[in-house]
Amino acid sequence: MLPFTLEKAQTVEEAMAAATAGARFIAGGTTLVDLMREEVERPERLIDINALPLADIHVEGDALVIGALARMADVAAHPEVQALQPLIAESLIEGASPQLRNMASIGGNLLQRVRCPYFRMLDAPCNKREPGSGCAAIDGLHAGHAILGTSNHCLATHPSDLAVALVALDATMRVMGPQGERNFPVEDLYRLPGDTPHLEHTLLPGELIIDVHVPAGAYSRRARYLKVRDRASYEFALVSAAAALDIEGGRIREARLAAGGVGTRPWRLRAVEEALIGKAPDRPAFEAAARLAVQDARPLKHNHYKVELLPRTIVRALEMTGEVA
Amino acid sequence: MTTSVIGKPLPRVDGRAKVTGGARYAADFNQPGQVYAVIVSATVGLGRIAGIDSAMAESMPGIIAVITHQNAPRLPYGEHKSYIDPAVGERLHVLQDDRVRFYGQPVAIVVADTPDRAERAASALEVVYEAERPTVDPSDPTVTPIVPEAAAGHADTSRGDADGRLAGAPVKIDQIYEIARENHNPMEPHATIAAWSGDRLTLWSKSQFVVNEQAEIAAIFGIPAGNVQVICPFIGGAFGTSLRTWPHVTLAAMAARQTGRAVKLVLTRKQMFFTTGHRPRTLQRVALGATADGKLTSLLHEGSGETSRYEQFTEALTSASGYMYSCPNVRTQYRLRQLDIGTPNHMRGPGEASGIFALECALDELSYVLGLDPVELRRRNEPEIDESENKPFSSRSLMKCYELAAGHFGWSRRAPEPRSMRDGRLLIGMGMASATYPAYHAPSSARVRLLPDGTAEVAVAASDMGPGTYTSMTQVAAETLGLPMDQVRFSLGSSDFPPAPSHGGSWTMASVGSAIRAACIAVQEKAARQAVADQRLPVFGAALDAIEWTDGRLRRPGDLSAGQSYGEVVSSLGAPIEAEASSQRDKDAAERYSMHSFGAVFVEVAVDPDVGTIRVRRAVGAYGIGRVVNPRLAASQCTGGMIGGIGMALMERTVLDPRDGRPVNAHMADYLVPVNLDIPRLEAYFVEEVDPHVNPLGVKGLGEIALVGMAPAVANAVFHATGKRVRTLPIRIEDVLTA
Repeated sequence: MLPFTLEKAQTVEEAMAAATAGARFIAGGTTLVDLMREEVERPERLIDINALPLADIHVEGDALVIGALARMADVAAHPEVQALQPLIAESLIEGASPQLRNMASIGGNLLQRVRCPYFRMLDAPCNKREPGSGCAAIDGLHAGHAILGTSNHCLATHPSDLAVALVALDATMRVMGPQGERNFPVEDLYRLPGDTPHLEHTLLPGELIIDVHVPAGAYSRRARYLKVRDRASYEFALVSAAAALDIEGGRIREARLAAGGVGTRPWRLRAVEEALIGKAPDRPAFEAAARLAVQDARPLKHNHYKVELLPRTIVRALEMTGEVA
Repeated sequence: MTTSVIGKPLPRVDGRAKVTGGARYAADFNQPGQVYAVIVSATVGLGRIAGIDSAMAESMPGIIAVITHQNAPRLPYGEHKSYIDPAVGERLHVLQDDRVRFYGQPVAIVVADTPDRAERAASALEVVYEAERPTVDPSDPTVTPIVPEAAAGHADTSRGDADGRLAGAPVKIDQIYEIARENHNPMEPHATIAAWSGDRLTLWSKSQFVVNEQAEIAAIFGIPAGNVQVICPFIGGAFGTSLRTWPHVTLAAMAARQTGRAVKLVLTRKQMFFTTGHRPRTLQRVALGATADGKLTSLLHEGSGETSRYEQFTEALTSASGYMYSCPNVRTQYRLRQLDIGTPNHMRGPGEASGIFALECALDELSYVLGLDPVELRRRNEPEIDESENKPFSSRSLMKCYELAAGHFGWSRRAPEPRSMRDGRLLIGMGMASATYPAYHAPSSARVRLLPDGTAEVAVAASDMGPGTYTSMTQVAAETLGLPMDQVRFSLGSSDFPPAPSHGGSWTMASVGSAIRAACIAVQEKAARQAVADQRLPVFGAALDAIEWTDGRLRRPGDLSAGQSYGEVVSSLGAPIEAEASSQRDKDAAERYSMHSFGAVFVEVAVDPDVGTIRVRRAVGAYGIGRVVNPRLAASQCTGGMIGGIGMALMERTVLDPRDGRPVNAHMADYLVPVNLDIPRLEAYFVEEVDPHVNPLGVKGLGEIALVGMAPAVANAVFHATGKRVRTLPIRIEDVLTA
């Protein structure tokens, strides 16, 4: 680990000022410290934001508001989260391990770095870590990598389960920066890698995530998160799906779907959603719609199975929405 | 004896120390003035070091030394080989030349006053390589399998005409099985603290074989073995990775000598995928021929394992195929594939775990072709004797293991047809496999000392990587001496103690236990001899065969008086009574009997038919392992072994990038081992088995066999659940997705 300074911010203004001057925010530290130990991340200055009053979880109108510093474990266990947006609770419980969930903040979860092994190896080329150095995964081992939204410069998937749920639920986020406050969909936080995979998000210098707003929908309580992986816990998704359905009169009125483990960012599945509208919520309809998820898939040698696994995961997640969590 | 402690489920004598932090592991033995060494590992998979620029690293704060092949001392590397080292080849010599033989090989060592400073300088060291493309895939067409020059009992064997009879067999199976490379990944990292005092070296070092580490380091540095002491009282898991003395031990000692300071060196998790061995990747062909009623007529087992280019690591990959089942025509073949990798080594259940996977999956496949219950197929081929050696088994309880495990498992509820059992929407599969491992007994010594306070001290240079050696050996000594457990103190893990064999191969109980028993008997004899010569004691003048030690007291048989305690005899003499004894296998018994443990494992899996997730729902194992010294420890051993087997079956694999041989998942988030949620109810049962031939304690060993058999039982259950036969380990979601 390289030397760094650590300051503690007492106010949002202090935190923004430090970040504008080049400091990196640190909350739970579960991603950042890990990467600093491996010298993948090399911040010289950290600003500890844990003292800021941003850990609140409450309801505003019909929207659930989750503070950026709320811990994964606290959000997952929160009665109103479980009652209003069970998908969020389920996606959090499926993520990480209990120890990590006790530490990791919601803001940090959304901004966690990718799990591509080459990103973590200083002796391997990686366009994300070192722009222009090349991508070791494309011609290397990429069984865990993305099949959607990839470029010739990067294949890494975004690892957050929560982000998949939030993108499915049309959540928005509020950020505060030197230029003031902005609100935008969580989906717009993430960039596609294109030829600039080192640019992962759309936050401006000094901007701090304040909270996340999750609007209630008729589908919110009929929503499930399915994470498919080789072991039962503490593993990133091979493929995951967040599914929410509003059913009336035996027909699907509204659908919300997003996938993880397959895209270079949390992947909203609008074509699948549209194909479900007006259909009876049964397996043939789910299967027909789910096939649309992989229309634009670009698998490589080792991740071809995801083209098969993604539709199956979507179908299963859709079925699960009819089951009690 | 009225106070028998062997066979009792006693708690661990070291349990409190372990859970309260009182147990000291290698890296806990911090020394005054200690400095820290960090290894710089090669970032190419083959080639040579063209240049090293250490100026930057050397100028960094706190840096004491940067040692590379350019300035490292030429070490004598005297001849030394133990039975746990490959018989053919020469161990890796570190920092002695510019060659890079595999990715991750140590190319430099940086010593600093703090671990952080050492790490920082290590990453600042500039090493320039002339790299070549390594060959790291055993299936690479350029790899020609070779016959191991010294196969140590794993050589090719043949009886009858296996190939000829296979061709004409009414029913046949002929398949290829592949197992991924696995790394041991114990919780405790490899660690060594080295301190020189003149030409004497002390190593606090994680080791399953302290006397060999002592001898090897002495040979490498060209000093007498007596000048080296290796200390390792506790091990935080090892699974075989600490059997050999790996390069980091040499590097720690080298750095300590160069700097004149005590040096601490702890490997990173990533480095534990480089130079500390691994279970080799294996490719196996098993072909079975049988009659229509399921009698084996032909068995072919051809296997090959990967090894490095500088050593020929061999293991008993095909040996069990010679004696597991009755078959007149058997041919086994064992080959090595030399690659640009570090030398593999023994990992829990070495050889058998991999070989039995292929054999037991093939048997399972045959059972479906025949329409026979898998257990029944095995029953029909149960041998009377070891047909490979033509001699009887010292004990073999495999039929009873099937019965016991199948009963507890509820095997009779299994519907034979694949893909026919469901729980809701999940596919349920039930599979089984046999397990075996040789019952070894290696030479060992032990020392027992009786003290005036009536307690006994027992010492052996043995190890305890987790099975409970501290506890079980205390039980043996307590039982033999007739003392309560808390009157016996057992010490291990110092090369100054009487030598023990390596702590592996499931032979510690047999070897060390027998030596302790012998030493206890020897010290009793010595004490009795001294007692009858002591005028102050009531037994003075008694004939030695007229008195005996019973429940820790010396008296005449039938004598109802209290007799003399050890404490009274020792106090009367005024000095502790000490005896050393050794034990080894009775050669005559070994000539006459084939000695192996046997077991059977039954597993239930649930497979999600939509998304392919595989979960083990329960497992039941039954084992015939001779006498069980401590049922609680034995059950714990089995739990650990079965979990290791689940890992082997469904998760564990080290993946190498073919371009440069780097392990891409050298990280505990990416190298999957089972977590709590993956582990269901595991049950282990032991068949009552009396084996008077194996050793004086009648124990056959348990550590290895607890893992052997688990992976094929899981694979067979996955087939039963899905109808899809996967012959590659680990079995993953993508393998069953298209079932």
